[in-house]
Amino acid sequence: MLSAHQLCRFVDGETIVDTVDFEVEPGDVFVIFGPSGAGKSSLLRLLNRLDEPSSGTVRVRDQDYRDIPPQRLRKQVGMVPQQPTLIDGTVAENVTWGPRLRGEPVDRERVNNLLDRLGLSGFADRQAGDLSGGEAQRVAIARTLYNEPDVVLLDEPASSLDADAARQVETLLSDVMRDLSITAILVTHDTERARRLGSRGIRMEDGRVTRRGSIDDILDT
Amino acid sequence: MSDSAFADLWTRAQEPVVLDGLLQVAAATLLAVAVVALSRWRTLDLESELGIAFVRGFVQIVAMGLLIGVLLTVPLAWSAVILLGMVGGATWISRQRGEGLPGVTRISLLSIGVGAGIVIVLMTWAGAIEATVRSLVPVGSMVIANAMKINGLALDRFREEIDSHRDVIEVGLSLGGPPQAVLAERVRDSVRASLIPVVDSLKSLGWVWIPGIMAGMILAGENPIYAALYQFVIMAMIFAAGGLTSMISSLLLSREVITDAEQLQDIRP
Repeated sequence: MLSAHQLCRFVDGETIVDTVDFEVEPGDVFVIFGPSGAGKSSLLRLLNRLDEPSSGTVRVRDQDYRDIPPQRLRKQVGMVPQQPTLIDGTVAENVTWGPRLRGEPVDRERVNNLLDRLGLSGFADRQAGDLSGGEAQRVAIARTLYNEPDVVLLDEPASSLDADAARQVETLLSDVMRDLSITAILVTHDTERARRLGSRGIRMEDGRVTRRGSIDDILDT
Repeated sequence: MSDSAFADLWTRAQEPVVLDGLLQVAAATLLAVAVVALSRWRTLDLESELGIAFVRGFVQIVAMGLLIGVLLTVPLAWSAVILLGMVGGATWISRQRGEGLPGVTRISLLSIGVGAGIVIVLMTWAGAIEATVRSLVPVGSMVIANAMKINGLALDRFREEIDSHRDVIEVGLSLGGPPQAVLAERVRDSVRASLIPVVDSLKSLGWVWIPGIMAGMILAGENPIYAALYQFVIMAMIFAAGGLTSMISSLLLSREVITDAEQLQDIRP
């Protein structure tokens, strides 16, 4: 589904991501695990091509992603950022921001379905500014899923929430990924979260892959 | 420029009106000296700065008077050269507001050149600016100077917009949004903010302030109604040139900050 090949990123002479290889199969919840500053989020940005690799590349459905127009690539490989970063407006306007930017028609039924799945029934017309942290993060997830991506990149999506809200977001996310057979790449530094959500993955330290395999393989000390 | 131009200037410099002007300067200087003395007495520690600014202002404005005196005698084609020089200077000054923005010098040159240029050419063609050096240079310089200020404001605001909305912009891009659609609000805010001073000037025109040209024309004995109409023409030119400059500058910047792979570039001063 998606694979990284010798992926590197250097910034101001510093190596942020160092020769990373991995392959994600359809339906995987692939975990990128590691401590803060290991280069996990930087790697995720490379996968969405928000940053340009210094060398190496990514293949999506066997196609070099440099050959895919960026807007199409980012629909195929969606990203949920660490902070929800919602725009001013209603929940529905946030969920449909992607298609509205592209000038595409909006399907209100799809919005409501996604909100129902994420435990936000009846939230469509609420103002984004009035939401709690957990609700805002679920809207951010719905916003990415609205594009029907092949792969979803999740950058510690519950890390800024309190324990209860984080657990609720994780449960809903896990259910949605299973129901919609979504392939996901999850960045986390939380061992328990990685174990609950992930199937396999890599462990990163100082920009390099130090372990790869099943969740147990990458988490065991 | 020929010897006759300088001879003509020397003749003008000896006219009685210049001596009158120098006497008026002496009177105004006494007032300024009093203010400097007051500042010293109150230990505001401003006398050196005030003194330098005063002398510098006098030297600059007299130099400009001498230059215009020479310019009044040169052929019309020189006005284009002078105005282009002014556009170059305006580019150099306003680009400093956008330090770190990609292509800022080129964009400033193009924006001020096109924005002010279109207005000057069209208004000269329409007869609002007389096609003489005496009219083209001072009116053109006003239009260019204001385009420079507005361009500086647009650059400054655009950089601030990008810095403070980087996360939202990147979310928009990560959702597959076309860069120009993602940046549309940032461009709109930059243009709007850069035009606030000129819009406020238009709103207050005539009842909060009487601008220099109108005041000068009235003092020179011109019909006050015509002076008012001409002042409005000048303000409209400043607004049009500023609006064009700001729109061109913000739009070009919004393309320049995005890479070919539709990534938002880093902006470092």
